[in-house]
Order: sequence, then C-alpha cells, then structure tokens
Amino acid sequence: MTMAVSQTLAQASDLAFEAALAGYVAALVCYGIEFALGRRIVPTEAEAASVSARSKAGGVAVLTREGGGYGVVPAAPAKAPWSERWGRAAVVVTVIGVLANLASVVLRGFAVQRLPLGNMYEFSSFLCAAAVVVWLVVLRKIGNRSLGLFVMLPVVLLTFVAGSVLYVPAGEVKAALNSYWKWIHVTTIATSSSVLLVSGAASLMYVLRHRYERRAAEAPVASSRPGEQVAAAGDRSMLAKLPSLAVLDRVAYRTAIIAFPIFTFAIISGAMWAEAAWGRPWNWDPKEIGAFVSWVCYACYLHARATAGWRGVRAAWISVIGFATIIFNLFFVNMVVSGLHSYAGL
Amino acid sequence: MASTTSDVDPGRLGGGPSLPQRPGPVRSVLAFLRNLWRRLTSMRTALVLLFLLALASLPGALLPQRSLNRVETAQFILDNPTWGPWLDRLGFFAVFASPWYAAVYLLLFISLIGCLLPRTWDFVGQLRAVPVATPRNLSRLPLHHSSTVDGGPDEVAQRVYTALTGSSGRRWRAVQRTEADGAQTISAERGYLRELGNLVFHISLLGVLLSVAGGKLFGYEGSVIVANGDGFCSVNSTSYNDFRPGLTIDGTELNPFCLNLKGFDTDYTADGLPIEFRAHIEYQHGADAGGDTWNDTTLRVNEPLRVGGERIYLLGHGFAPHFEVTFPGGQVRQYSQPFIPDSSDPNFLSEGTIKITDPPGVTGDEIRKQQLAITGLFAPTAVVHGSLMQSSFPRADDPGVAIDVYRGDLGMEGGKPQSVFSVDQAQIDKGALVKQTRANLMAGESVTLDDGTKITFTGYSEWVSLQTSYDPAQLWLLISAVLLLLGLTVSLSIKRRRVWFRMRPADGASGSRTVVEVGGLARTDQAGYGEEFTELAALAATPVAGTQKGR
Repeated sequence: MTMAVSQTLAQASDLAFEAALAGYVAALVCYGIEFALGRRIVPTEAEAASVSARSKAGGVAVLTREGGGYGVVPAAPAKAPWSERWGRAAVVVTVIGVLANLASVVLRGFAVQRLPLGNMYEFSSFLCAAAVVVWLVVLRKIGNRSLGLFVMLPVVLLTFVAGSVLYVPAGEVKAALNSYWKWIHVTTIATSSSVLLVSGAASLMYVLRHRYERRAAEAPVASSRPGEQVAAAGDRSMLAKLPSLAVLDRVAYRTAIIAFPIFTFAIISGAMWAEAAWGRPWNWDPKEIGAFVSWVCYACYLHARATAGWRGVRAAWISVIGFATIIFNLFFVNMVVSGLHSYAGL
Repeated sequence: MASTTSDVDPGRLGGGPSLPQRPGPVRSVLAFLRNLWRRLTSMRTALVLLFLLALASLPGALLPQRSLNRVETAQFILDNPTWGPWLDRLGFFAVFASPWYAAVYLLLFISLIGCLLPRTWDFVGQLRAVPVATPRNLSRLPLHHSSTVDGGPDEVAQRVYTALTGSSGRRWRAVQRTEADGAQTISAERGYLRELGNLVFHISLLGVLLSVAGGKLFGYEGSVIVANGDGFCSVNSTSYNDFRPGLTIDGTELNPFCLNLKGFDTDYTADGLPIEFRAHIEYQHGADAGGDTWNDTTLRVNEPLRVGGERIYLLGHGFAPHFEVTFPGGQVRQYSQPFIPDSSDPNFLSEGTIKITDPPGVTGDEIRKQQLAITGLFAPTAVVHGSLMQSSFPRADDPGVAIDVYRGDLGMEGGKPQSVFSVDQAQIDKGALVKQTRANLMAGESVTLDDGTKITFTGYSEWVSLQTSYDPAQLWLLISAVLLLLGLTVSLSIKRRRVWFRMRPADGASGSRTVVEVGGLARTDQAGYGEEFTELAALAATPVAGTQKGR
C-alpha cells in the first residue's frame, strides 16, 4: 500500500520553512542590534550590594528588579530607546518565525501522511521549532532578551544547515521506521534536545558572564567619588548586559531538570523499540552510545550542582559539554559513523 | 589524607605541647581503608567517575566495534597497520567488554552502593524524626516576614497548625512547641518524597545493572536462514546458523519450538524504498512442538513473535537463485544456495556461490579435478551496463545472474573452513581451481562449458533471516527502567521546604494581638519558594497593622 505524497502540501511546507529561516535570521539580527545598542546593564552582585549607582548620563538611578537581577536604567526617556524597539521587533519576528516553522512541520506531516520526523531534515526542523518555543517561554519568565541572541545563533545555523545540506524532498520512510514507536521515541528525543539547546545556551552565557564578573571584581571601574561605583554603560564590556549569574543559572538548571527526565524516557522508549525491532534493548550502537554519553554528562551536571565547590561555573561548563555531545550525537554520529541508526534518510 | 586520631596523654592536657603517639600498624591500615572508602563514596569521586564513564564510552562510538560489524573492524585494523593492532590489544574494538571500561562502571557502582546505604539509613531516620526546633533569629533566614494579627498566640498557632497539616492541599509535617518565654512556635517541613525518589532512582540503576548481567548470563540469541517453503525447529544450538549463548547456556536445553515459512511478501514504493516486509509463518511451541497443531501468524519488522519466553524476529531477507546443471554424462541436477545481499545496495544485488562437490559420474581422485563452483552476482531486476550487471529494483521482477564458473579442486577436503558464499582464493592462486567461463544469464538462459556441461539459470526463491532471542531478565530491566524514571521525576520535581512560625503576644495588648514571625528555608533550591512563602505567611490571618518587614 503506497501512499501518495501531496506535492502542493510539500511545496507549502518548504515555503513555510524558508519563511521560518528568514524570520530567524531577522530575529538574530534584531537581538544582536539590541544587545549592541542596549544600555541596560545588569550589575554584578558586588555592585548591586552598593547602595547607590548612577548612570553617566546623569539620570536618576533606579534599582529595578528585573527577573531576579537588578537593572540600572538611565533616566526614562519620553519614548522607548532604539535598543528597546529593536528588541521588541526581535520578539515579534521570532514569533512569526516559529509559527512558520511549526506550519512547515505540520504541512510536511500532512504531505507525507506520517509523522514528520523520518529523516535528519525533518528532525532538525522540529528541533528548531521546539527550541524557539522553549526560548519564548523562558523569555516570558525572565524578561531579559540577551539570551535570545545565544539561542537564535545555533537555531539559525541549524535551520540553514537543515534547509541546504540535509534537505530531502517529502517522501516515504523506510519499513523499519514504520512503527507507532516513532511517535514516542523520536518526538521525545527531539523535544528534550531542544530544551537542552536553551539550557546549553544559558550555560554558555553563564560562563561568559562569570568571566566578566571575575574581571570586574579584579579591576573595578574607576569611580569619581570614593565609595561609589559608577554604573555607566559606555565604560563596560558588552557582557555587562547579560542577565545576572543567578538568573542564568536558574534558567539553565530549570530547563535541564525539565529536559532530563524526558531525555531519560526517550532513551528508555528507544530501548523498548530496539527490543521490538532488533531483538535486544541495547546494542551499543553509536547513536545509543552518544545518547548515553549525553545522559551521563547531564547526570554529571546535576551532581555537580549538588556538590560544594562545583556549583557555579564548573557546573555550567559541564552543561556546555553536555550540549556539545548532543549536537555531536545529532550530526556526527549520523553522518560519519555507521551503525544501526544509519537510515536517517541522509 | 586526613590525620588519624592520635592518643593524647590526658595528664598532659594542661601542660606543654604533647607528642602525638604514632598509631599502630593495624590502626594505620584501617584508617587508610576508611579514608579510601570515604573518598570513593564522596560526590567528587562520583563526578570524576561519571565523567570518565562518558569519556570511556566515546571510543565505542567512534571506532568500529567487533560486536556490531566484524568486517569493518578487521578492515580498520588492516587500514591502520601501525596503531590498529595496538588498539586491538588494548581492547578498543570491544570497548564495552573491556576490563578498563568494566573498572570504571564497577567503581561507580561500588561508590553508589557505598553512598546509598548510609543515605537510606539516614532517610529512615528523617522519616521518623520531628521537624527541627525554630531558630532563635528568624530574620536571618533567606525568607522572612513579620506581622501583627488578631487573636491570641494560642489561637493563631492553632489556626496556622490546622492550615499547614489539614487535608486540604497543604501537607506539611508540623510540630508545635512552646518556648521558655511562653511564645508558641510551629516547625514544619515537607518534601520527604524527594529523597525517596532520589533513592529509588539510584537503586533502580543497580537494578538495571543486575538485569543486564542476568541477561548476559542466562539469555541466548540465535540466527537462522529459512528458505520460503522450508521450516526449522529450535531444539539446540545446532538448529541455528549462528548461536550466541549466555555464559551459563550450553545450548542443549532450549525451549523447543518449530516454525514453517509459508510465504513472504514485500511492499515497495515506485522508487524502490521498502514499506513493509511480511513473513507468513506457522509455529508450534512447548508441548505442541512436533505435533500436529500449528498456529498461524505474520512476522513484520517491528512485530516479533513472542512465544513462551522466546521472541522471534524477522531480520532480513534475500534471494537464492536456482541452477540446473546438465552434466556431460547426461545427468541433470538442481542446485540452489542463498545469496547474500550487499548491505550498501538498496536494490538487493546479492552475491554467493554454488559449490558442486560431488559431480555425478565421477569417482575417486577424479572428483578433485571435476568439482564445480558457480560464483557471482544475482540481481532481482537486472540491468547490464556494458558487461557489468547491476540491479535496478529490489523486487525480483526480472532476475539475472552474472557468474564465473570454476572447475577443479574446491579445497574442501583439507578441513580448512571456507566461506559458504565464496570460493577459496588460495585454490585459485595455486591453479587447482581454474575459471572456465563468465556469463550474464537472465531467467531461462544457459551457458555451456567446453566439456559439454550446461548450466541453466532457472529461477529463484526467497529466504528470510530470523533471530530467536531469549532473555529472562528483560522484564526486570523494564521494571528497573520504569522505576528509574519515576524516581528521577519525583526527585527533580518535589521541593524540600521548611517553614517556622513564632507567635508572641503583642506588646501592650492583653492577649488579643499577636506578633507573628515567619521564616522559610528551602533545602534544595531557592527557586520558586518566594510565592509559596508569601502564601504561608498569610496563613496567620490578615494582619491588622501594616508592620511588614522583609521580603
């Protein structure tokens, strides 16, 4: 029983994907401009502890609570500064992009009459859509848009690679993948990987921010009056605009603890599928090993966060390594190493 | 290394510096072991071992592994003559069976057990203990709140206690105490399930390890090729082409079952992509085996047959070309052998050999000069480019063979094993086996050798490869995995929280107003406690005056 592939729906899906790519690129540019232009810096904990801070422009210093960290803003201007406008535009374009991406996934599913996760192109497309959805949820919680730059960068890369190198026309999927298990195993792997993408981005930002704070602690910015620290956007490095360490750690941790049980479930369901298809739940196939290595890395991360002396930047590094293994597993293992999983349609 | 306990002479306590006495040898050894154990079961060691486990698994993914692909491994060693054999000696081509990998995970599990036992004991103690006494200075806690409310201290305390421990929503474990100066305090704690989930998760890891070990000990796997129309019975290890027993299995006491292959069909798209394979079989097992009752079923790629404790899988399929050979003496014989499909060709171009070790009409030493081998390729839908035969579709719409015919000594008398699918190259090199002709034949065509032997390609039949798997520990593996997931989810989602209330009569009021101080401490992660804390602080009823300090 062969199923016809609807060409109109497939073309619509491809168009939507290209729109999504355009949206993501535009969003990346907007986040970047906002980051470069923005003057809302987030002081380090040492600075936040000092009572007063004033901006170089001479505006009134306002200690606002911004998602758990403190932000110092210049005197409130009559209308929103340019950076704010670029930031809002970035969010709008992100939403448009993710809606287009989701549309492309759904249309592709209808075009091929099956779950649209049968090859690397479809998988990457789904991963990007899910990661951006997670990012939008995180944005709602923390309010600081600079994480968007770090999330959109891998998303744009992934979307571009998916559309150019990995693209295969809408078609059938091999017999071995024709099972209800793919709804359970492949979707959960994709979902947990996308949440971990956001976690990895947050951890990377944590590492950068930590480096900045350490340097700021060693050489504090010169102040005109003794006992006060000048919080001037122009004097600081870009990294001063990143959210505080506490916020970044919380984002990275919370996303990791949501993704980790889903990831564990995905591995277990993969083993159950392997038992039904290949005879054995665990075959030490390269992709299984890759998933195992990622799992151990994140277990390491959770352990590190519970161990004195390992909580801060060391745990963040482990999280970054864990995310690197996920990307490695997704691409390198599929494309270079051959194993039982090597029918990803590449 | 931490210092060992030293015996200080009590008489010297008030005096000058005392010389610590050197502990005896037994004590040193015991102290060393104890410290080693503490090191091994510490979190830091667990981190290092986890990292090592991940690192040690990487070669298993990057280098070819013998258990997955023997041919590729051998090829890799050939391609890398300098460090290939060294890697092999160090076990890098069988990483997960190597001693150094086993060392890492065994150490990890010893560390885990060593940490679990005291922690389980502690947990039991925690379950039976009451929440700790209220700290003296609640304003030092990360979350604190102070207000004045209506009602006497006892009344307020009762109100808070009922709200905390009541069945409607909040389920804190609370205890009410009265302090020396008459203040009422309530200590409450919740989130014990978190530690339970944590322990269940880690114990399930042990369960997983034990189940895997059980499978390796008591399970077996066997693969067999069954031609369409044929069958096989699983009785002992010789029933299979390839038998992989567990460590305690000798292959003699297998659960018996029999199986006949009645038909095999495939569905392909127009592009040759396989959609479904179906093997129609009838089987009987256990007490029925060998009898007359058969059960019908269909095997598909993701649907094995589960019978008794065994599972029978449809792994793959292929073709077996049929040849009819007319010998010079007039005798006609039919030959057929399964040909192996090339795994890199989606169109099932297969290769194999038909070895005719007993040509009719030949006796004695002459046999070793007259043995025939028909070796080459089978294409289900043959296309010939120049003189090269390839297959353009995986279904046998237009089968063809491209064969070389050899005559001579096949080399099977010597006892040296050779592949079923190819002739022994050494015999060809020696000149003992000589190529007679090469031909591309479609169905019905034939080729004649110089002595009159006529070889006709008459047709084909299909075969399936089946795998029998038996693993009595598999159910335990599943149970361990499910418990692991449950424990993990519980341990990550439940938050361990503590809250204390202190109620004092408000100064100046005659027992009708109370100053309520609330303090909160999150034992795991501060995140999110703020909102819940505000709700808890409001339990003491609406405050009268706006004397609220703190977060």
